[in-house]
Amino acid sequence: MSNKEFIRNFSIIAHIDHGKSTLADRLLELTNSVQSREMTQQLLDSMDLERERGITIKAHAVRLEYKAKDGNDYVLNLIDTPGHVDFNYEVSRSLAACEGAVLIVDATQGIEAQTMANTYLALDNNLELVPVINKIDLPAADPDRVARDIEEFIGLDCSEAPRISAKTGENVEAVLENIVKLVPPPKGDENAPLKALIFDSYYDSYKGVVVYVRIMDGSIKPGDTMKMMSTGATFTVVETGYMRPTSLQPCKGLSAGEVGYITASIKTVSQASVGDTITLVNNPAKEPLAGYRKANPMVFCGIYPADGADYESLKEALEKLRLNDAALSFEPETSGALGFGFRCGFLGLLHLEIVQERLEREYDLDLISTVPAVIYKVHLRDGRVIEVDNPTHFPDPADIDFIEEPIARAHIFSPPDYVGAIMELCQNRRGVYLDMVYITPERVDISYILPLNEIIYDFFDALKSRTKGYASLDYELAGYQQSKIVKLDVLLNGEVIDALSFMVHEEKAYQRARRIAEKLKENIPRHMFEVPIQVAIGGKVIARETVKALRKDVLAKCYGGDITRKKKLLEKQKEGKKRMRQFGSVEVPQEAFLAVLKLDEQ
Amino acid sequence: MRCSSSMNSKDKKGIYVHIPFCKSKCHYCDFCSVVPSGDIIDRYVDALKREAEGYKRKNKIKADTVYFGGGTPSFIGAERLSDILLHLRKVFDISPDAEITAECNPSSCGGDFFSRLIDSGLNRISLGLQSADPRERKAIGRLTDADAAKQAALNAKKAGFNNISLDLMLGLPFQNTESLKNSIDFCADAGVTHVSAYILKAEEGTPFYEKLSIEGAKKMNLPDEDAVCDLYLFAAEYLQEKGFEQYEISNFCKKGHISRHNYKYWNLDEYIGLGVSAHSFFEGKRFFNTRDIDEYIKGSKPIPDGSGGDFEEYLMLRLRLAEGLIRHDTERRFGKGCFEKVLDKAKKYKGTNLLNISEDSISLTKQGFLVSNTIIAELSS
Repeated sequence: MSNKEFIRNFSIIAHIDHGKSTLADRLLELTNSVQSREMTQQLLDSMDLERERGITIKAHAVRLEYKAKDGNDYVLNLIDTPGHVDFNYEVSRSLAACEGAVLIVDATQGIEAQTMANTYLALDNNLELVPVINKIDLPAADPDRVARDIEEFIGLDCSEAPRISAKTGENVEAVLENIVKLVPPPKGDENAPLKALIFDSYYDSYKGVVVYVRIMDGSIKPGDTMKMMSTGATFTVVETGYMRPTSLQPCKGLSAGEVGYITASIKTVSQASVGDTITLVNNPAKEPLAGYRKANPMVFCGIYPADGADYESLKEALEKLRLNDAALSFEPETSGALGFGFRCGFLGLLHLEIVQERLEREYDLDLISTVPAVIYKVHLRDGRVIEVDNPTHFPDPADIDFIEEPIARAHIFSPPDYVGAIMELCQNRRGVYLDMVYITPERVDISYILPLNEIIYDFFDALKSRTKGYASLDYELAGYQQSKIVKLDVLLNGEVIDALSFMVHEEKAYQRARRIAEKLKENIPRHMFEVPIQVAIGGKVIARETVKALRKDVLAKCYGGDITRKKKLLEKQKEGKKRMRQFGSVEVPQEAFLAVLKLDEQ
Repeated sequence: MRCSSSMNSKDKKGIYVHIPFCKSKCHYCDFCSVVPSGDIIDRYVDALKREAEGYKRKNKIKADTVYFGGGTPSFIGAERLSDILLHLRKVFDISPDAEITAECNPSSCGGDFFSRLIDSGLNRISLGLQSADPRERKAIGRLTDADAAKQAALNAKKAGFNNISLDLMLGLPFQNTESLKNSIDFCADAGVTHVSAYILKAEEGTPFYEKLSIEGAKKMNLPDEDAVCDLYLFAAEYLQEKGFEQYEISNFCKKGHISRHNYKYWNLDEYIGLGVSAHSFFEGKRFFNTRDIDEYIKGSKPIPDGSGGDFEEYLMLRLRLAEGLIRHDTERRFGKGCFEKVLDKAKKYKGTNLLNISEDSISLTKQGFLVSNTIIAELSS
């Protein structure tokens, strides 16, 4: 067990792409925590998807040993956090396990929405902030300006802030020195009853759930009987240890101030929820640590296997993903159009995309998903209130008194040039303007109240395209508001395709219906007969398009005896057919489903 | 579909000889051809003969069609064509009544070209016309005037050819039913016995494709898909009116003048392809030669392309023919059951104008030919 004086628990916070994972790599190298042959880029982002997208999806933790210039050996526990709003709750739990946070700001881009959001989270958790200005190697870097911005807007003294290049390694050691100097050692009483904060957990097929904890008070060792304070479930501790970059290192026990892991033959991550407090059955703590809440799904969609035969594989894949992702929820549902699938719940749109992508890549599944929806509170005339997240369960309009929809407070950070475009977009998405603050002459923070269903519907893509990628978005939920929501049905050749139904605000219904009809027309191939596309509210058709009957397909010459080429063409035709879904007499390619998910209304 | 062939190879093969040379390359052409330089033509002819030698057998392989395609076979001159044919006769047993065709370009068949061909035993000429309309011809880079084609047809006839084919293209820039009617009249007036009418397709890698992807169909005055369909249906109707019966998706002829060589492809008969890029179907195997002329002259080996001759191929090819899939022939070659399966799948087209269905045959209508890919894919899946 380590002397608390020489422990520093910190995380790194930054806006996406500001160099968090690269800095983490450099810190691992500088502290000789990894052999160079084990070094891969973004070592802590162990999922391919994380490396590719340059984002951190799961929290990670690693213990580093550093001999500082003062001659002392320090234990530095780095707790890496996801950078995206969908995972805010995980971020806040990670921060709660630390005493300090390294705040990275990109010397070319300056302060962004998530810089601020994460700074606030860190300040809420009373963390000491260690500002670092990164990417000074880039030609467009302006570290002086960025330092001034941080001082003025965040109020952090940047005179000592290391100006570094995590990419080249320049000046990175100064970051370690500042962590040792500025981040306070952990407090806590090792003799008090145990309070251990769970900030992450994952399923390991040999050890069961590996629980990452920060010991606030007390101590824990193998053989102890521990208790989850939110559920009262008890487990016998099998192993305690420290997180090394590429492995787990068992130890005799963990005590106040330390960061480490516990295994206790726990079967699923939902039994070791992030944010929960662990105590001991003998000598339990009276109160859990503050702030535990369950991460509730906010966004829902149906996920179906493109090939009905893959239903069981999809089920298994979802079950495996849930072992490691307590926020993912799913239950079986049946669609007339798509057959058997699952209604899945996610923290947000990114979470949804990540789960889909992992299902497709890691489990090699071909999926069709339906339009994402939020949870509506539907007040019925008989006084009941039901929650609807699936258009299929939308009640008869005649029974509805009124509907409430979830709203969010959104902050959009952008160069001032795009203010007009952003306001137009927000207005268009039924936003209510709140405020606009110039953080610096180059950066403005525009805040709006936006309905969540507008945010999850390709808002981020639209924002990026209108601001050439310069704007950043952060949002937090802000309750419910009454709203006129209607359900749109899509009919192909006269039949309702339930998988294409969705809920939308009445004002947007016509516009959306027209776009959907157009997009479907573009994506549904010509059939041997005419295919009418209709979009309707209740029985009333509000948009209509027609896919004309096919008259001609490629008439390649069968010439010079090249039969194989002709055969290949035929095979391609058949392949294409396989990727289609049959709805009554109409075949719809998967692309058509994707197309209706992305309708940027210019 | 699991239907195996019990007997398929008729004993007489077709022989295809590819002549990959042209005076200039047409904008839309993706066949293997070059504008020659130096002595490449003679070296190529030697390579052709060498390749033919490979088919020498104790009992000569029998053949009853020979087809010189290209490129522009006429471009290398009557003497070389005769020389190649003479050589083929040494290697193969070519029937006295064999159909022997050469594709000719009106610009390279002047003088005594046709009479020399007749003398060496050729008996069928295929001329590229594409269109009789000057604006359409210019748009696809045809260098000569349409009348040269008519003159060539008349010359060939005078020399003794009584089986002459003209190629037309459908869906050309500026083309409409009026101009197409003129082109068909032009063919009829030239007194030919056979007309091929292919729908223009922009093949990747051709200048025409490049231009299309830059300028778009509209700027190039290409008729749209519906207009192309109308042109096709008009051509089929009007050719029939002029005495040319449709016997394949793109081929029309006066009675008794089908292209026997091409029919072999559509009837899943075997053929030997000689020359660069030529495809063969021989002794149950498909294979083809390199598209690189230098490689070919050096003597590169043919590239295997799997085995051929299954029912799926038969179905795909036979449905290109107006007579379609015939129960009797199908059952003779592939046994009982195959025809029934297709008949069963074809039933969903009853009541449409796409398929003619009877207990004895299944064939595509003119409208059906236009969507033959979709229909064949469905019937064979």
